[in-house]
Amino acid sequence: MKKLLLGNEAVARGLYEGGCRVASSYPGTPSTEVTECISTYNEITSEWAPNEKVAMEVAFGAAVAGARSFCAMKHVGLNVAADPLFTSSYTGVNAGLVVVVADDPGMHSSQNEQDSRHYARASKIMMLEPADSDECLRYSKLAFELSERFDTPVLLRLTTRVSHSRSLAEVGDRVDNGLKPYEKNAPKYVMVPANAKVKHVEVENRILKQVEYCETEALENGLNSVEYNNKKIGVITAGICYEYAKEALGDKASYLKLGCVYPLPEKLIKDFCAECETVYVLEELDDYIETHCRKIGVDVKGKAEFTLLGEYSQGLIRKVILGEESKSLKADVDIPARPPVLCAGCPHRGLFYALKKLGVTVSGDIGCYTLGASKPLGMIDTVLCMGGSVSGLHGRNLADPERANKSVAVIGDSTFIHSGVTGLIDIAYNNSNSVTIILDNSITGMTGHQQNPTTGFNIKGEPAAAVSLEKLCEAVGINNVFVVDPYNLDESYTTIKKALDLNAPAVVISRRPCALLKTVKHNPPLKVNKDKCKSCKMCMKIGCPAISMKDGKAEIDFTQCLGCNVCSQLCKFGAIE
Amino acid sequence: MNKAIMIVGVGGQGTLLASRILGSALLSQGYDVKVSEVHGMSQRGGSVVTYVKYGEKVYSPVVGEGEADLILAFEQLEAARWLSCLKPDGKVIVNTQKIDPMSVVIGDSVYPDGVLDAVRKAGAAVVELDALPLAVEAGSPKATNVVLIGAMAKNTEIPKEIWLEAVKSCVPERFLEMNIKAFELGYSK
Repeated sequence: MKKLLLGNEAVARGLYEGGCRVASSYPGTPSTEVTECISTYNEITSEWAPNEKVAMEVAFGAAVAGARSFCAMKHVGLNVAADPLFTSSYTGVNAGLVVVVADDPGMHSSQNEQDSRHYARASKIMMLEPADSDECLRYSKLAFELSERFDTPVLLRLTTRVSHSRSLAEVGDRVDNGLKPYEKNAPKYVMVPANAKVKHVEVENRILKQVEYCETEALENGLNSVEYNNKKIGVITAGICYEYAKEALGDKASYLKLGCVYPLPEKLIKDFCAECETVYVLEELDDYIETHCRKIGVDVKGKAEFTLLGEYSQGLIRKVILGEESKSLKADVDIPARPPVLCAGCPHRGLFYALKKLGVTVSGDIGCYTLGASKPLGMIDTVLCMGGSVSGLHGRNLADPERANKSVAVIGDSTFIHSGVTGLIDIAYNNSNSVTIILDNSITGMTGHQQNPTTGFNIKGEPAAAVSLEKLCEAVGINNVFVVDPYNLDESYTTIKKALDLNAPAVVISRRPCALLKTVKHNPPLKVNKDKCKSCKMCMKIGCPAISMKDGKAEIDFTQCLGCNVCSQLCKFGAIE
Repeated sequence: MNKAIMIVGVGGQGTLLASRILGSALLSQGYDVKVSEVHGMSQRGGSVVTYVKYGEKVYSPVVGEGEADLILAFEQLEAARWLSCLKPDGKVIVNTQKIDPMSVVIGDSVYPDGVLDAVRKAGAAVVELDALPLAVEAGSPKATNVVLIGAMAKNTEIPKEIWLEAVKSCVPERFLEMNIKAFELGYSK
């Protein structure tokens, strides 16, 4: 039966049909829905882990014990999981292990545009790349088979357009072969130098066998495919770029589609190039396939004609290869940009306003609160990576101790557990005069409301142990821990000021659940009393999307306002009721 | 011949649900369908776009410059923003609601006058609809998306019962009555 599935749902379905028994992931756009969807299958034990490294290790442990296992992450998450990833290439697996990594060309929701295919080559782990939902499903299943056959984890690379597009996929039944027996085997699983030296030889031999597979069997089962049409133009491509190319060029070109992007075949590429007059490599981000082509001595066109930046499209391919420009309409009007903003009622807004009044330098982190960097709040100075705010603040304060009582870090509850707590340990251990603010909104917000170890619920919404942030901070050696309600501007301001004046390690927990949580009860929407409004625009300083100026007076959009009362604390005339 | 529809609006307006209803209706007509969605950061009040493509065989899930047959815009400015994706003979169905971007709210830029006139002047066929009051009439401002789907449905060859089935399959049971009402209000305009 065919179903219209999101790429991520299709991956989950493929893993399910392939007999997956254990799943552990950390959310990250555009990978999140794979694991959310997995959690709806009762045959699979699924969990959110505190971070990607833990998730990868859990999945690895389960695979060694004999269960087909999986973990998913976004591209930058693979940086966090890289340590176990590289050595799991040496140990291999017992039952199949699939690692899903979702890249984000065009950075729809990411801090960089790194190309995960380099990880496959660097760690010497086979990588498959589907182009649509049907392939997502088939490749996920196949990945388990290849993992067991070649005794290696298998990476499944997605990109945003594949993850977040719905297309038809052929759905089948689950086949679960049960738990594979585990046998103690220290030379295989204990990676000390003497064993690892032997295993490295096996890894190199494995790659040769996989190349052979890519040249032969992968052609028979359709993982790699060749389609000859007009041979004046040849296209070597993988993933979503295949779809763009087919739409742009149709049968005006011949295609070599690579479903396996690591390792890459040699003979297959050479034979294809020998048949075609001009060969283009169509790949987003880095010149990964192109470099391989040049290495094996075939002449191709690629990044010199296209780009290392952002996404490709059928229009771009038409323009570069066929010289066809697209015709488009343009409205003769200046259109202001519309970037994302903190939601109406967002608890982070009040906290950022307090920081603005304090005039502090803010070391920021990854989450909804990164939006505190936008105008009119503009209260974030740096954003680097998950957890980077806390340790980054310590570094700043080492360099400029004079400004330590004018500098803070902000980090969300989930991000703090992910990798902020290690930075806080550094602060406590080295007696750093640093103030860390944990924005505890009781959920992992930006990725769409996933539970985490601080919320008291697991991935299925069942009650679970909850980390007490206060006790955790105290346990690592922070003696000054405060809790504030960010809807209360005075309390937030005064408490942070007090923490900054201590000249000692301190944590302020800004606690208020995300306003979009279904469990949160809201007050009725506020209204502006137009007679009292003096048009001073104080209420506009917090950047609430529900407030605007209409005919010279403030106005509150009743469809958006959640009655948080942050704006009314700013109005000196009592005009907001 | 493949067709391409874009649903554009502001994060939070419910463009995702609208695209699912549309995808479901098209699927029941035996088309190959691809729907491309936006998740994550762009949902927080930013400009959002969903692509729906259908035909005998669809390859690319996205719509580029000059490729859309129809743009269903949930907000005026967004209609103008995405106009370059419309085919020169394409149509725009637009909700006349205006939502100020943050730069306008804080006075760094202005919401331009005559947005829809400019869209018309550029050469697009424009159908206007004030969907928010109709949604409120149906029971909730949140049903604006389904009002707009209703308005679009009338501009297609797909029979009304198919659309109603699609609405039923995509919205939760307890909101069904309200959404059917919203669809009917949009369809009758």
